[in-house]
Amino acid sequence: MANPQDKKTAAGGFIYLPLIAGWLVPGAGHFLQRKWGRGALLSVSILAMFSIGIAMQGKLYAGAHDILEMLGLAGDLGNGLLYVVSRAAGWGADQITVTTGDYGTRFIVVAGLLNIIAAVDAHNLRTGRKS
Amino acid sequence: MLHPSHFTAVLLFALFASVVFGITQRDTPRRMIRYGAYCFVLFVGAAIALSWLMFLIAR
Repeated sequence: MANPQDKKTAAGGFIYLPLIAGWLVPGAGHFLQRKWGRGALLSVSILAMFSIGIAMQGKLYAGAHDILEMLGLAGDLGNGLLYVVSRAAGWGADQITVTTGDYGTRFIVVAGLLNIIAAVDAHNLRTGRKS
Repeated sequence: MLHPSHFTAVLLFALFASVVFGITQRDTPRRMIRYGAYCFVLFVGAAIALSWLMFLIAR
């Protein structure tokens, strides 16, 4: 039977903290482990990609009416708090009206997917699977 | 509002994706840079090659 203490390390921290922090705030998972350079590069890359996507009038997926929208929403949710803040602030387009809006939509989705990869990398650093 | 050309969008996409791939998929800084550069060249090279292919098909 799994012991709740198994999820704590010798250092006493919650082992999934870098994963969750990295998902919520791009680069935060690496910052927690004092990987400042990697964290900064990941943070800048993901934030820039998301911001450029918004500036290009990209669409933020809000519902899941069909399978494509569901996949887009899953990608957008990978942005963590960026997605929540952007939805709350009303950023992004509801409908794509310009060509660059389509590119922007892809930028936002891919920024979310890249953020998930970065968060998993932070988790691997935390567990010692990667140095 | 930002209106980059298609090629500028490709360059930006390739740059940011390559940085993340390089950092997350390799262990040492030297290998990260090499892998990031490799991904960037593949992204941009594939976009140019496919663009020419589509241009020739459309003619």
